[in-house]
Formats: sequence, structure tokens, C-alpha cells
Amino acid sequence: MKVWVAHLAVLAVLGVLLAVLPAYHATNLARILTLAVFATGYNLAFGYTGLLSLGHALFFAAGVYGAALPVTYWGLSPLPAIGLGCLAGGGLAALVGLLALRTAGVSFMIVTLMFAQAGYLTLLYFGQITGGDEGLVMPDATALIPGLSPDTARAVIAFTLFAVALLLSLAVIRSRLGRVMVAMRENEERSRMLGYNPFTVKLSALVLSGLFAGAAGAGYALLFGYAGASFATIQYSILPMLWVLMGGAGTTLGPLLGTAAMFYLVDGAARITTATLLVVGVALVLLILFAPKGILGTIRERGARWIP
Amino acid sequence: MDSVILSARGLTRHFGGLRAVDGVDFDLYTGEIHALIGPNGAGKTTFVGLLSGRVPVQAGSITLGGEDITALPAHARVRKGIAYTFQITSVYPRLSVYDNVALAVPPESGELRPAVMAALSRVGLADRADQIAGTLSYGHQRLLELGMGLALRPRVLILDEPTQGLASGEVAGFAALVRSLVPETTVLLIEHNMELVMDLAQRITVLNFGQVLATGTPAEIRANTAVQAAYLGGDDAAA
Repeated sequence: MKVWVAHLAVLAVLGVLLAVLPAYHATNLARILTLAVFATGYNLAFGYTGLLSLGHALFFAAGVYGAALPVTYWGLSPLPAIGLGCLAGGGLAALVGLLALRTAGVSFMIVTLMFAQAGYLTLLYFGQITGGDEGLVMPDATALIPGLSPDTARAVIAFTLFAVALLLSLAVIRSRLGRVMVAMRENEERSRMLGYNPFTVKLSALVLSGLFAGAAGAGYALLFGYAGASFATIQYSILPMLWVLMGGAGTTLGPLLGTAAMFYLVDGAARITTATLLVVGVALVLLILFAPKGILGTIRERGARWIP
Repeated sequence: MDSVILSARGLTRHFGGLRAVDGVDFDLYTGEIHALIGPNGAGKTTFVGLLSGRVPVQAGSITLGGEDITALPAHARVRKGIAYTFQITSVYPRLSVYDNVALAVPPESGELRPAVMAALSRVGLADRADQIAGTLSYGHQRLLELGMGLALRPRVLILDEPTQGLASGEVAGFAALVRSLVPETTVLLIEHNMELVMDLAQRITVLNFGQVLATGTPAEIRANTAVQAAYLGGDDAAA
């Protein structure tokens, strides 16, 4: 109960922030929330199930194009397009999982990375349809919800996506499946000898994760008006991992925290220097050295054990 | 005689040139405590690995309650009622004792908490339910391992050297616990402690070089000259 109340309180604070912040900051927050959906999904696979994937850019890009192509070519309205993007992410994750989950550890990282690279090259190959590196410009976000200003519509949709993602991820990790996912992460052989099929558990986690990534990709493309092949590059596989590591792998709110922290770190660094990635790199080294469990993971270890 | 619950015919597993398990026929009777003994390297752990599905079968067949389970993967055999407790303690060290056992309770067995607490009481760990499993003493971790096996409510419980590393006082309590499991559960016990084996088991199977050397009651096994030779060494053992 306490846990649900805490999460609803976080969502309430986010809602208020979106409403009262000036437009520039509210838009930043909407961006963070959308990307945090991606991180939250990544966390289900990596943080809770122990699946270190380097191919999540593929699921994100599947969401981007799953939504962008029908909107661009068939004139589908944006809201159902988000649903399509979500399904595209989950479907592709199922397909990749069926093959990649025959491996584990480093091999799994490499196989997922290869799939994502293949996806990226495919997007470039069909550049006339996908726009390739130049991408496609999406219709104005004003069209998303009639009667609202673009900024408000964006805030509402980003908030809704994140709220659903956060509560769903909390529900999953508190369910039986969630406990078995953690069991697989902690001791796969033991879990197998308790009657759990490692393959189906890990596949379920990966598909869930892909659904989240797809929803985030679709939301990102539609809210910020751009779909491009660059979303399938390795960078978009590494980013969710960094966000999750920074916020705390295996904590429900860690992905949001990590996404926000990284966003403002890059934003702040950009005011001082053009070498923003250097600042990010130093921050990560410090994090791994002094708080390898991330922000929330460290807080949990220091006494707040109830944090899920 | 009682009915056979678990049966193996011609069970074989070779690792390269090593015949770890070599054409073993074996019957486990419902409700008995059956001990599996043999010198180091005799193939005991490989043999129960074949029974539990951890090691793939090369030849031969396994039936549980008359049903052929040879092709089933390990997790499916667990669901059918074969539980295996590890020789080297394998619990979830970062989870609580309660959560460790909760993971073992089958999904269809109704309310979780009573089932978990029942298993914990059985092994005497009920008052440590909230402790993190990794912080338990070694003996308690072995009990937790057994508690997880019990929570599965298995038809056959395979215990792989359960008393290894336990103090002698703990062994006595452990023996009483195992005895209390039958006849609801059938127990297959790999054990090096001969005193315990002779005390607990109704029947004993002796493996040597991957083959069954003898099967019988403790008295028969004790009197068997081939067994004595295998254990003590001597000319007969090499033959």
C-alpha cells in the first residue's frame, strides 16, 4: 500500500511540475518522461531479470517507425499510432528474444547488438520510405489532442505514457512473474530446479521491455515531430543502460531519476563546454566507483529497504 | 512390495571416454528412503542429474509414476514432482528466507503465506523468515535448501549429500526431519555418512564406475563382499 501511495505521489508531483513550469522546462520534462518510459522498460529486462541487452535501440526504433510510417503514409491519427509503435517494439523483442535468448551473458550482448545493427542498416536500406539518416518530419503535435495547445497536448501525452509505464512496471515486479524474474537474475540454475522455465521467463521480460521501448519510441517520434534511422544506432541502446545504472538498476523509480539526472547533466555541461560526453563519462566513472548501485539503489542499501 | 514411483532403465551418460553412468537400472518404491552410495567418482551425482533432468540422457528411459519423462526438461520434471536439493548449497543469497521459500511454492497451491510458513516451520526456520538468506549460517542454509525442496511438495525428493559440512548435532536433527517426510514423500538420498545411511535408509543402491554394484537392505549391503571390496579396495574391485 505504502509503495503504491509513494508512486502515485511521485506522479502527482510530476503532474504539478508539468502544469506550473514555464513552457521550455515543461517541454524538457515531457522529453525526460518519454525517455524514462524507455528506461523503465530497459530496467525490467536489465535491472530485474539480469538481461544485459545492447539491442534496445532496435525496439525503440521499431516504436518510432511503427508509429511514424502509418501516420506519414496512411494518415493514421497519432494516438492509435502510439499503440502500433508499442506493438512493433514488443513484437520485434519477441522475435529477437526467440533467437538471442539461446545465448546468455556476453554472447547475449553481442547477438542483441548485431540485431540492432541489422535493424539500423535495414532502415538505411529502405531510406526512400524511412527517410534514412535525414528522417521523416512528423505532423504537428497540435493534432494529437484537438482543443489543446501543442505544449499542453505534449505534456498530457508524455505524462500519461510515463504514468502507465511506471504503474505497470510496479505491478509487474510485485506480481509472481516479477518475483520469478528476480529469481532468474539471482540464480538461474536454482530457479530452473524450482520448476521455472528460464527461457519463457526471460522471453516474457524481454517482450515487456520491448513494449515499453516501442511505446517510448512512438511517443518520442510523435511528440517531438521527428522519426529517423539514428534512433536505431548503438547510442540508443547504451543510453537506457546508462540511465538505469545512474538511477539504480532494479528500482522502479531509478530509471526516471537516471534519465532526468543525465538530461540535466548533459544540459548543464553544454553551457560550459562542447565536450558534453566527457562530462557524462566522468560522471559515470564516479558513479561506478562510489555508488555502483545507482542513486536509488544506494539509498535503498543505506536503510530504505522498502523501496521496490 | 510397494509400487514403483520412479524408475530408470538402461540409463547412460558418458563424458568423452568416461562412463559416468553406464546402463543403470533403478527402481524407487513409493514412500521409501533410498540411499545412493558409492566411492567418489562412482557417478552418483551424474545419476541423480539424469533423474532430475539437469544432465541430458544419452540412452535409456526414466518413468515417474508410469509416465515416461525421459524427454522432459528439468523444470517440467520439477512440476511433475521431482525436487532436487543441491550438493553445494544454492539459495538466493540476496533474498529473504521467506522469499526463497515463496519462490518454491507451486503457483497452483493457493495461499502463499501459510504454505511458506509451513515449510519453514518444518525445517525450524520460521523465526528467521525475514532474515536475508546469505547471512544465515551454513547449517541454516542447508535447512533452507531443504525447506525449499519441501515447499515444492514433491513426490520424489532427491537430496544430494545433504549433511555435508554439518556439525554432528545438526546431523541428528536432519535425520529426524528426513524420517518425518516419508511416506508422503519418497526420498532418494546421496550420502557419504555411512552411519546415517544405515540408520535412515530402507534400501541402498551402491554405484561403482557408473554401474550398479548392489541393491538391498542395509544389512544385505553390509554383508556384500563386492561392496566391501569397492570401498576398502582390493583385488575384487579391479575386476
